[in-house]
Amino acid sequence: MTDLHRLSIRELTEGLANAKFSARELTEHYLKRIEKIDAQVNAYVTVTAEQALAQADAADALRQAGGAGVLTGVPIAHKDIFCTQGIKTTAGSKMLDNFISPYDATVVAKGKTAGLVTLGKVNMDEFAMGSTSESSYFGATKNPWALDRVPGGSSGGSAAVVAADLAPFATGTDTGGSIRQPASFCGLTGLKPTYGRVSRFGMIAYASSLDQGGPMARSAEDCAYLMNVMAGHDAKDSTSVEKDVDDYVANLNGTSVKGLRIGIPKQYFNVAGLAADVKARVEESLKKLEEMGAILVEVDLNMTEAYVPTYYLIAPAEASSNLSRYDGVRYGYRCEDPKDILDLYKRSRSEGFGAEVQRRILIGTYALSAGYYDAYYVKAQKVRRLIQQDFLKAFEQVDVIAAPSAPTTAYKVGADLTPVEMYLGDIYTLAVNLAGLPAINAPVGFDQNNLPVGLQLIGNYWSESQLLSVVHQYQQATNWHTQRAAIAEENA
Amino acid sequence: MAKNNAKPKSNLIDGWEVVIGIEIHTQLATNSKIFSGSSTEFGNDPNTQASLVDLAMPGVLPVLNKEVVDLAIRFGLGIDAYIDQASVFARKNYFYPDSPKGYQISQMDNPIVGLGHIDIQLEDGTTKRIGVTRAHLEEDAGKSIHDQFEGMSGIDLNRAGTPLLEIVSEPDMRSVEEAVAYIKAIHTLVRWLGISDGNMAEGSFRADCNVSLRRPGQPFGTRCELKNLNSFRFIEQAINVEIERQMEILEWDGTIDQETRLFDPVKMETRSMRSKEEANDYRYFPDPDLLPVVIPNEQIEAIKATMPELPAARRARFVADFGVTEYDAHVLTLTREMSEFYEDVVKAAGGAAQGKIAANWVMGEFSGALNKAGLELADSPVTAEKLGGMISRIVDNTISGKIAKQVFGFMWEEGKTADDIIAEKGLKQETDTGAIEAIIKDVLAANEKMVEEYKSGKEKAFNGLVGQVMKASKGKANPAQVNELMKKLIG
Repeated sequence: MTDLHRLSIRELTEGLANAKFSARELTEHYLKRIEKIDAQVNAYVTVTAEQALAQADAADALRQAGGAGVLTGVPIAHKDIFCTQGIKTTAGSKMLDNFISPYDATVVAKGKTAGLVTLGKVNMDEFAMGSTSESSYFGATKNPWALDRVPGGSSGGSAAVVAADLAPFATGTDTGGSIRQPASFCGLTGLKPTYGRVSRFGMIAYASSLDQGGPMARSAEDCAYLMNVMAGHDAKDSTSVEKDVDDYVANLNGTSVKGLRIGIPKQYFNVAGLAADVKARVEESLKKLEEMGAILVEVDLNMTEAYVPTYYLIAPAEASSNLSRYDGVRYGYRCEDPKDILDLYKRSRSEGFGAEVQRRILIGTYALSAGYYDAYYVKAQKVRRLIQQDFLKAFEQVDVIAAPSAPTTAYKVGADLTPVEMYLGDIYTLAVNLAGLPAINAPVGFDQNNLPVGLQLIGNYWSESQLLSVVHQYQQATNWHTQRAAIAEENA
Repeated sequence: MAKNNAKPKSNLIDGWEVVIGIEIHTQLATNSKIFSGSSTEFGNDPNTQASLVDLAMPGVLPVLNKEVVDLAIRFGLGIDAYIDQASVFARKNYFYPDSPKGYQISQMDNPIVGLGHIDIQLEDGTTKRIGVTRAHLEEDAGKSIHDQFEGMSGIDLNRAGTPLLEIVSEPDMRSVEEAVAYIKAIHTLVRWLGISDGNMAEGSFRADCNVSLRRPGQPFGTRCELKNLNSFRFIEQAINVEIERQMEILEWDGTIDQETRLFDPVKMETRSMRSKEEANDYRYFPDPDLLPVVIPNEQIEAIKATMPELPAARRARFVADFGVTEYDAHVLTLTREMSEFYEDVVKAAGGAAQGKIAANWVMGEFSGALNKAGLELADSPVTAEKLGGMISRIVDNTISGKIAKQVFGFMWEEGKTADDIIAEKGLKQETDTGAIEAIIKDVLAANEKMVEEYKSGKEKAFNGLVGQVMKASKGKANPAQVNELMKKLIG
């Protein structure tokens, strides 16, 4: 079996169920690929080979005993933002380079319960702050489609391992586009669920009111399998919502594209910096959906210009407070020979955090300061409500809203964008987090450099089933999602 | 009921008016912490009650302990306050080693308890109403230990996350006496309502006092905050010392700097801890990890139904029904247990008519014996029923007040009822006219001189004769009866 990495999640579950291969064979296959190929993409921060094989053996034993679940024995990679008991959990930061988590995040624990085999922890922008995965202390991750390109971020490692067939699917987190943009850059399907759908317990916080975990995979169907594991209320997260969870796999054909009203925000397609190829591919995909029976409706989203400034006040404000716990006192990086407590704080944090993290802590601290709080943070919260209302108004007319996931395809590694240029690249994704809505990226073709382009579909609250279903049907009718990067074709 | 004095008595000190506002932190009596499941028990080994949440591990989240909300509502109802039915937790950001998250979860803009008030009892018997601006929920910090590790400090996070209610008063107090009376009133109330053990020695009840001086009629002066005073004696001393300090400065036309000061009870001085300029900018903002605390009407109504009679109401009832003075009522309601004990004594003594004598016994002999033995009320060898039973024997003339003190002494030692002791020791008052007459006759015969003196108009001689009779009866003769019979026999 040399092509186990080509199999979809459904095929893996069937193969395991029918004993075509064992969890151990599958895990060994992936570990071998990681060993051979990962050096080129630098996606894994930690490979947990030993634990993975033990989990695989346990999965096989459980299957023998008749106690296996659907996903028992299927491998997964976790973004290194999810705490994993006994395993280094770094959030891509020097600050946590020595941090072995004493507990599992709820998402990780649910994965274990479902029988998933953890291959390892994957790279990300430091504390999820970035759109390229270059701000990681563990070096830039490369885009499997072009190794001189970034995979996007912050869940760049998650995107890269799936695109390079180094894991069949992966967890990601999305605070301002960190699932959708790397999925777009790497030709994957990635779902950012409604805020409150997936537990944040054990997910290292960047901006608490925006952070949301979700699946990243090759198809909507693969994502649906992982959503079935990740979603649900968690008593340990007060912001997770007590609401019944759909069976996302069973619902894959639950929404008909025929008659589906897709909103096209006119403001979104006139954004300066929207690459021609991206615009063309997205429009072609919409045309395809129209052919399949969807109705395209122009909608107004008037608050577009407010997205970037609003997000870049609220997210750093929360981050400045969330990251205060990394003080060098109890765990994590501590500077050498501190002369007093203030020196310990200052140097541990100056040496332990990278430039982008420090920049956002400074912006956030400023926005919350006495005398500026009302002008910045409070005002941003008011604008945030207007952005949310803007969307709710649009959803009175349409079922989903379509947009590019990013204005461009993947940047060159080391492109050295200014922070503002980089922030503008988030224009299509930020509002979804500000409003707490679910949204999905689906691959819809390539630009002239053969780099993937992504379509984003934004749904109303709790419409994850609908989004997965629409993309699933699009993927039944197209084959963009089955295209593989050259590196994924390599055999181990 | 409590009344606002129309004209408060003057408290001026050398022409200065003292203005005091008080913040009290009281630990809420829950078994687990406000945002984690860790135990709140006091005095265990360092960091044995620090969970992942208390340690502020990466990725952990707070979950509100619903019980603290009920306790805060209870307090709010106890001071007749507005209850915010959608209060909000906020983060107070500052770096300190015993604050593991780098912020404290507290409440800022929407505290759970809004404006309320409490009536305090002053020594001259008057009552004053003190405004309570707000009371909000927050978590306690851990403790830094500076003296056990060479060149380093230790951190104990057992206390981190313990639920606190911070009670903020209006600047309504005008003297040390009022300040102490207010703190005592709040101390009584939180224990009365069962929301805090009020243990000051363990730090579960501490007061910060804001003190300033002004000339009457002038705007408030600049205040200094005296932090973490954890005994009534220190509170009184610290405020007095601070008043002296400020007066000294102001008398010489100096200015007071707004600052936080620490009281040193050894040197009897307050020292600057940090100035206003050094004060932190706490960058409060709503905690995005916690939802607003939504309190439905039914929850408030359910708590209302469990509220006990409050100290002020009980004081008023004791005065009205039992005929005790305002001061006695105040003393008898310092704790809920004592007030209930007293009521049980009254009942056992025969009812409301015995309220006054019961008050005298509870506050006098009984409290004295408790203090002397160093016992809590709950551990008293004499129950309310037994004390009341004894009082009823005074009332029905079985024993005199004087003999009762002996009977009480035996009750305290032996734990028996008054009736058993009276019977065993033969302490029953002699009311048999014949027997008393016989004693009187003997006394009169032996003291002819005194009888003559009395007859010639010396009233004092009569008392002397009565005393002789009482002595001869070993105190058991009924004094009123002796008086009456003697007068008749002397003729």
